[in-house]
Amino acid sequence: MTEALDTEETARLRRARAERIGRWLMPALTIVAALVIWDRIVVWNQIPHYILPGPGLVAQTLVKDWAILGPATWVTLKIAMMALSVAVIGGVGLAVIFSLSRWAEMSFYPFAVVLQVTPVVAIAPLIFIYVENRTVGLLLCAWIVAFFPILSNTSLGLRSVDRNLADLYHIYGASRWQRLIHLQLPSALPYFLGGLRIAGGLSLIGAVVAEYVAGTAGIGTGLAFRILEAGYRLNIPRMFAALALIAALGVLIFAVLSLISHLALRHWHESALKRES
Amino acid sequence: MRMDGVGKVFAGGVTALSGMNLRVATGEFVSLLGPSGCGKSTALRLIAGLMQPTTGKVSWQGKHDSGDLGVVFQEPTLMPWATVEKNVWLPLRLRGESLPDARPRIAQALEMVGLGSFANAYPRELSGGMKMRVSIARALVTQPRLILMDEPFAALDEITRNKMNDDLLALRDRLGCTVIFVTHSVFESVYLSDRIVVMAPRPGRVAEELTVPAPRRDEEFRTSADYAAQCRAVSAALSRATGDA
Ligand SMILES: Nc1ncnc2c1ncn2[C@@H]1O[C@H](COP(=O)(O)OP(=O)(O)O)[C@@H](O)[C@H]1O
Ligand SMILES: [Mg+2]
Repeated sequence: MTEALDTEETARLRRARAERIGRWLMPALTIVAALVIWDRIVVWNQIPHYILPGPGLVAQTLVKDWAILGPATWVTLKIAMMALSVAVIGGVGLAVIFSLSRWAEMSFYPFAVVLQVTPVVAIAPLIFIYVENRTVGLLLCAWIVAFFPILSNTSLGLRSVDRNLADLYHIYGASRWQRLIHLQLPSALPYFLGGLRIAGGLSLIGAVVAEYVAGTAGIGTGLAFRILEAGYRLNIPRMFAALALIAALGVLIFAVLSLISHLALRHWHESALKRES
Repeated sequence: MRMDGVGKVFAGGVTALSGMNLRVATGEFVSLLGPSGCGKSTALRLIAGLMQPTTGKVSWQGKHDSGDLGVVFQEPTLMPWATVEKNVWLPLRLRGESLPDARPRIAQALEMVGLGSFANAYPRELSGGMKMRVSIARALVTQPRLILMDEPFAALDEITRNKMNDDLLALRDRLGCTVIFVTHSVFESVYLSDRIVVMAPRPGRVAEELTVPAPRRDEEFRTSADYAAQCRAVSAALSRATGDA
């Protein structure tokens, strides 16, 4: 009997360990496999590098052109992060105002929706006509894309307060302000963090799209501008290198925001709890 | 506290209570007993001031403010993001007391419910019964003169529930507060209360009131013939109330 349990237990532990390793190993293996296949296709078909460079050449270009691509990555990251910060302030601020005043919500929510549903590529050219400063223009575009998920998620969270807890606050004579700070904001935190993760990716997309629209008109230095520029010069390897950097930035932003979310919620929210099975 | 001819009609046209009269004297332990849907929670919410009666009025003798009232709901209703200590701090915090100032009283309240060593635990790390105790500690921390409890132990198993009943009686002896206790359990109401208000459904109203004389409330009382007889009497009253609806 105990022996049967023991074998079962060992099997279970082994499965758990296999899964832990697999979580990292499997994606790593698929990526390596994809790179190898890409490389083989290029080599075996003798595709010239100005049509499709192999992964090795892209990596070389990444190193060789780092003097150009590095600063460009920094610029794009900076714009995306600034846009995200402004989106957080704007999104949470608006959500709080909406939750405090039904009238404000009724009046301004439609504008938020209109901003959200209009593609940023369509608004961006106008923005660059009216906004002189290029950085401010980029920021504005990225903000328009990024703030809505934060606004709508935080709004939802502020409204998802446990009814009994709300009653309790009422019984103990909490002020509107106390209720907001001690009850509504913590209740909204998981929703906000979910919105933040979406907004992180969107702010990068917004920054890149805006840079494309802004084009070569100004003094461009971001990754999107480098892709455009390399495209004009048929420098395909550099286009791929810049693309890889944008993807890496996206993954980095997502990973950092996921970590923040985990750290903020690990003590209490279901989504961040390790299940002990 | 007294309720005079209190009625409550909800927006949907549901008459939850009609013509309810109730008097509760200081220091009394009163149970509201009735089948679910007979307006017990509604009565309690009216007493707590969470809603206004459609007819009649709820009045208080002497002064009365939010600090005099402690409430325990059917669910523990804890803030999952806060530790046990911070949850119990809530009523004091809303009055503007800092955590260091409030800490001795929080510790005392947790001690009373037997959770002295769990101040820094998060609610999710506790069992159902322990969460309920935290909820009770939170209601006690202001040393209220009146505690309202809405089926606080309904979700607990019988062993835990009996234990909590004993603890509740002990606490109440120490604090000397008034308790209005909502339950749908005949046994619980007889064991705990000085007086049982049997309620009838559709529309919710008071059907009968019974006093429960008991010298001591302990394990001996719980197994005595006297207790069984009183439970039978209350059960009979309850079926009369439900039957003639
Ligand atoms: N907020 C509400 N809106 C409409 N009807 C309600 C509301 N709360 C309770 N009721 C109705 O009032 C009646 C009494 O409810 P309640 O006081 O919760 O009963 P109990 O606590 O005795 O089970 C029920 O029929 C219920 O459907
Ligand atoms: Mg109820």
